[in-house]
Amino acid sequence: MLDRHEILEKRGLLLSVAILVVVAIGGIVEIAPLFYLESTIEKVKGVRPYSPLELAGRNIYLREGCYTCHSQMVRPLRDEVERYGHYSLAAESMYDHPFQWGSKRTGPDLARVGGKYSDAWHQQHLVDPRSVVPESVMPPYAMLNERALDYSQVEAWLKANRVVGVPYTDEMIENAKNDLEAQVDPFSEIYDDFIARYPKAQIREFDGDPRKITEMDAMIAYLQVLGTMVDFSTYEAEENYR
Amino acid sequence: MSGTQMQSQASTDLGGDRMFVWGMLIILAFWSLFTVARSADPLMGAHAALFLGASVIGIFAMIAHRTSGYVAESDSYEMGVVKAGVFASVFWGIAGFLVGVIIAGQLAFPNLLYFPELPWTSFGRLRPLHTSAVIFAFGGNVLIATSFYVVQRTSRARLWGGLTPWFVFWGYNLFIVIAATGYLMGITQSKEYAEPEWYADLWLTIVWVAYLFVFLGTLLKRKEPHIYVANWFYLAFIVTIAMLHIVNNLAVPVSLTSSKSYSLFAGVQDALTQWWYGHNAVGFFLTAGFLAIMYYFIPKKAERPVYSYRLSIVHFWSLIFIYIWAGPHHLHYTALPEWAQTLGMTFSIMLWMPSWGGMINGLMTLSGAWDKLRTDPVLRMMVVSVAFYGMSTFEGPLMSIRAVNSLSHYTDWTIGHVHSGALGWVGYISFGALYCLVPWLWKRKELYSRQLVEWHFWISTLGILLYITSMWVSGIMQGMMWRAYNEFGFLEYSFVETVEAMNPYYIIRMLGGVLFLIGAFIMAYNLWRTARGDVREKEYVRDANIAAIPAE
Repeated sequence: MLDRHEILEKRGLLLSVAILVVVAIGGIVEIAPLFYLESTIEKVKGVRPYSPLELAGRNIYLREGCYTCHSQMVRPLRDEVERYGHYSLAAESMYDHPFQWGSKRTGPDLARVGGKYSDAWHQQHLVDPRSVVPESVMPPYAMLNERALDYSQVEAWLKANRVVGVPYTDEMIENAKNDLEAQVDPFSEIYDDFIARYPKAQIREFDGDPRKITEMDAMIAYLQVLGTMVDFSTYEAEENYR
Repeated sequence: MSGTQMQSQASTDLGGDRMFVWGMLIILAFWSLFTVARSADPLMGAHAALFLGASVIGIFAMIAHRTSGYVAESDSYEMGVVKAGVFASVFWGIAGFLVGVIIAGQLAFPNLLYFPELPWTSFGRLRPLHTSAVIFAFGGNVLIATSFYVVQRTSRARLWGGLTPWFVFWGYNLFIVIAATGYLMGITQSKEYAEPEWYADLWLTIVWVAYLFVFLGTLLKRKEPHIYVANWFYLAFIVTIAMLHIVNNLAVPVSLTSSKSYSLFAGVQDALTQWWYGHNAVGFFLTAGFLAIMYYFIPKKAERPVYSYRLSIVHFWSLIFIYIWAGPHHLHYTALPEWAQTLGMTFSIMLWMPSWGGMINGLMTLSGAWDKLRTDPVLRMMVVSVAFYGMSTFEGPLMSIRAVNSLSHYTDWTIGHVHSGALGWVGYISFGALYCLVPWLWKRKELYSRQLVEWHFWISTLGILLYITSMWVSGIMQGMMWRAYNEFGFLEYSFVETVEAMNPYYIIRMLGGVLFLIGAFIMAYNLWRTARGDVREKEYVRDANIAAIPAE
């Protein structure tokens, strides 16, 4: 049979096509089913699209390359579940474009960091990590405190996310700017509308400075929502075995 | 279109190649001018200005080329672009290793180049700069340069496409500059090894298709009946990287004048697409491409034919078929469905065999020429490279076993594994190829100094050993500490205690990187003197005596 290899060896185009066919198979068999097998993503309650402020924080998380040191994927191993909390579900990152599961834990996993520390702790830790964790090797991000958040494109962010499949409604897109501002204002006039659009969203002055909306506000809002959406008291693990 | 037609078209005054290059430059100039004028995003504006500058320089270069009246001899080889590739490889290699040393230093001494008000040089931005600089800038330029050399020599034909190979070279390096400056400014898709944003990806797609055309065009007009085995690997590398790059980078930009985009896939689908891409960046960029180098340069340097033709065939097809399936082993115990994890693990273990088939084919090519290992440090470097390949392709399948992976994943063990492949295999086979190419291209009898090659070899080997052993220790230690329980059934260590424990290993790792970097500087000096035509006379007089002693 190997003698027949001559057929390919003498024809450059045929060789190219043969290569393409051979390398396409694995990806098709492994990846394509994930898009139509219903069991791929668990059925859970509570996962909603990110609020505009959380999405802005996520953009900063991406920009700074946090994924190079922090995973967002708790594995179903005893020590991880005890250290970080319930193992991560596929449903929890179903609106994450792109996913941020990560591949390295130079720092701890962040999939369930939401609600574990106070806003003030996060702020101090981001400004000067070693002032709260002396052994830390994390870079300081003091500039988040100073920089005003640029959210002029917030509607476009939501729209682009809708194109790729996140269920942002027209109402959400129309109100994106107001919603972003409402999340740092506990006395906002649209408080109830905002909560209706983004159930259980946390509303407060995240960086403690009411004078302007900073990148720190967005970053902390994102960190505080991580891993908090799913209501695990109603989650049936047995029904979601895959 | 037949090969001869392509050739005649390329050599006419305003041939297809010039029209293509002019067209690309003009489109690029208009697009970047439009974006500079319209973009509200200052980062996008900066990148558009960079593109604009590049297209203006390109246009001036085209005019200068035309007015110079230079006509290439259509029966000679195009070696200018290979020489340029050698320069770029050495430059980007040193840049990439240097950034690696810096980020290794940041983990050991966490205030190094950290400016609280300016995040340009923080670890999160420099790490993609390091990985892209070594994989795509150094590795990519080595692959482009060697593939252009090998395909011409083994086809006995000049590179197809007139100026198109130069477009590929400059276009690719422009992509590198755009990617690198983007990371520093905070422009990133945050997908590992696929960080460049949508417009950089589109540009690379154009360049890559041009690369495929040049390579395939040269193969089609070859004067040899058979396509040589090295070219199968180069072809698989080019075709597969095109497929992976396009699918993994599918994204929707926020607007046409914004540097930001959101990837088409989300969560679990995005994760598997990414690691299908990521692992095959290893499989096809860092393996298939460099196996092509092995299949040309080792037989050439050893003056022996490839050990087994049949093994080459089996090795080639099984390697490219199986590699593609291995991605899910990066996602063990995650929210990826278990059937996909198991499939990925199974194929990863199977991958051990074709990998070692390749290693055997490379090593056994030396049968009858083993004595050359004593006298030829360049050949020794390439053979050690193949040995490192064998080691890391054994370690890889081992780490892809779920039980092992539960320990190794997220730790420095993975980093050590990657570097035994990257420094040992990719680095050494590339250095070997560069040591071969420079005397051949600049028509020198010998390298400037063989002793400097010895120094390079031993210093960097020590560096690699320090690097991978320290990462094995710190990785396994951290994995063990994470899962350690005390006598009362509580977790023994807090996370930060594991960070603290790794500090000495981070320092050792950084020293390893420094040694590897020093080796690269020695190589750069040696290659520079070789290209200038210098010879260390003393050394070669003495070596002549050594060579007079017959090998045992």
